[in-house]
Amino acid sequence: MSIAFTEIQETIRMVQMESLDIRTVTLGINLHDCADSDFKKVKEKVYNKITSYAAKLKPVAEQVEKEYGIPIINKRIAITPIAEILGSATREQAVDLARTLDQAAKALEVDFIGGYSALVHKGISKGDQTLLDALPEALSVTERVCASVSIGTTRTGINMDAVGQLGKILKQTAEFTKEDNSIGCAKFVAFCNPVEDNPFMAGAFHGAGEGEAVLSVGVSGPGVVLNALKRYPNVDLGEVSDIIKKTAFKITRAGELLGREVAKRLDVPFGIMDLSLAPTNAMNDSVAEILEEIGLERVGTHGTIAALALMNDAVKKGGAMASSYVGGLSGAFIPVSEDNGMIKGIEDNALSLDKLEAMTCVCSVGLDMIAVTGDVTPETLAAMIADEAAIGMINKKTTAVRVIPVIGKSEGDTVEFGGLLGRAPVMGVNPYSSAKMIQRGGRIPAPLQALIN
Amino acid sequence: MQKRAVVTVVGKDQIGIIAKVTNVLADNRMNILDISQTILQDFFTMMMLVDMANISDLDHLLQDFKKVEQELGLTINIQREDVFQAMHRV
Repeated sequence: MSIAFTEIQETIRMVQMESLDIRTVTLGINLHDCADSDFKKVKEKVYNKITSYAAKLKPVAEQVEKEYGIPIINKRIAITPIAEILGSATREQAVDLARTLDQAAKALEVDFIGGYSALVHKGISKGDQTLLDALPEALSVTERVCASVSIGTTRTGINMDAVGQLGKILKQTAEFTKEDNSIGCAKFVAFCNPVEDNPFMAGAFHGAGEGEAVLSVGVSGPGVVLNALKRYPNVDLGEVSDIIKKTAFKITRAGELLGREVAKRLDVPFGIMDLSLAPTNAMNDSVAEILEEIGLERVGTHGTIAALALMNDAVKKGGAMASSYVGGLSGAFIPVSEDNGMIKGIEDNALSLDKLEAMTCVCSVGLDMIAVTGDVTPETLAAMIADEAAIGMINKKTTAVRVIPVIGKSEGDTVEFGGLLGRAPVMGVNPYSSAKMIQRGGRIPAPLQALIN
Repeated sequence: MQKRAVVTVVGKDQIGIIAKVTNVLADNRMNILDISQTILQDFFTMMMLVDMANISDLDHLLQDFKKVEQELGLTINIQREDVFQAMHRV
């Protein structure tokens, strides 16, 4: 036997003690052929297509996880941005379609279906506007539908009219779901430079360049990286990078193997492997704790961005060699509510909103799962989105905003979202207004970085 | 076609571990291709390479293993062999 016992033990330890798992297998499904002038037919076609294509997703993934002994935590579906098939549907019909998607997700027992989305980074079409208008209600009457809106790209600039609308949409969604800590906003993300094959929620959708159906995989594994680093407490940063690289390689290889097996059994092509370290609230499964292990007393202090840049880069280097098709967002996620270390950083006043914003310059994806005070104005929310979008636009990277203005809560409170979404300390925002800038509207022109031809 | 898996058994050494574990494998029509076993500081550790091509019901096997785990206080894992190849070999 060519595999040593210590190697087998290492794999078992990673799974049982260090929370190694496959975070998600996400089946992307093209819905363009579901468009129809009769809206009843659209609903029917959408429901039938999703439930037939993904019928075996959950049982197959569960079988594979048993055979390989590595858990696949989430089985999810990404669909064509819904705005593209809305046509001349009304707002009410668009909300109705969200309900249909929710029913399909429940029937298939998948936890999220992503793609209630619109791409409006340059302009807003009729279908896009219908979707934007429907968003607050759609997010409040459904449980498993995730929505995203692209409001900027490096090649087009930032559509500030859309950004302005999103501020209002977020606030309204928060009001509609205020009984549940404004959880509707946790299922919505605003993107700059979105990717078409992202398997992670809430921002997954099946892009226009994708095929009929495709399976993409997102791995997890901050716990494994953290434990690997703990075994070498005194090595220099070059070696730290090397340890992360090697660990990321192993995690990615396991993910790719399982992903390919699930794809083969579902008879769909394997799409991409997303190399993101995705934290959970499980003990030690935290990106913040990796940064602290590198040598920070608490995440958020000086040096945080350097440590994060080192870690993110090492994960990519290790993962890129391990997988033949790397895609998606592929960078470290820093969701606050899903990462115990981040939560502690905020509670100890080490980590601020400004620092989180700066951190997004060197990692994917953006301000993620951050709870802010309920009395925040729509203009301030819009301006937060604009800031993140500008970081993404200039640096030619994906950035996103998933903030939750929690109605009725103020700075210092803590909110529970439950499940994978975790809990978050409510953060304050800058008290000065950005309203004038948002009211100006228009489009921020594409930057010089776009002129690369 | 062979479909190989690695079974690992770890626990306090006692009479009958190999007998019980291999019985479960035989009951589930699994052929053993290789066995290595050692005692590390009172701890029994065994690793087996098995062929699971003929297995009809993986859940049944896992349940049988669970019974043995509880009876003898062991930890038993079974994982397809390719996962180790993928993770530990370039």
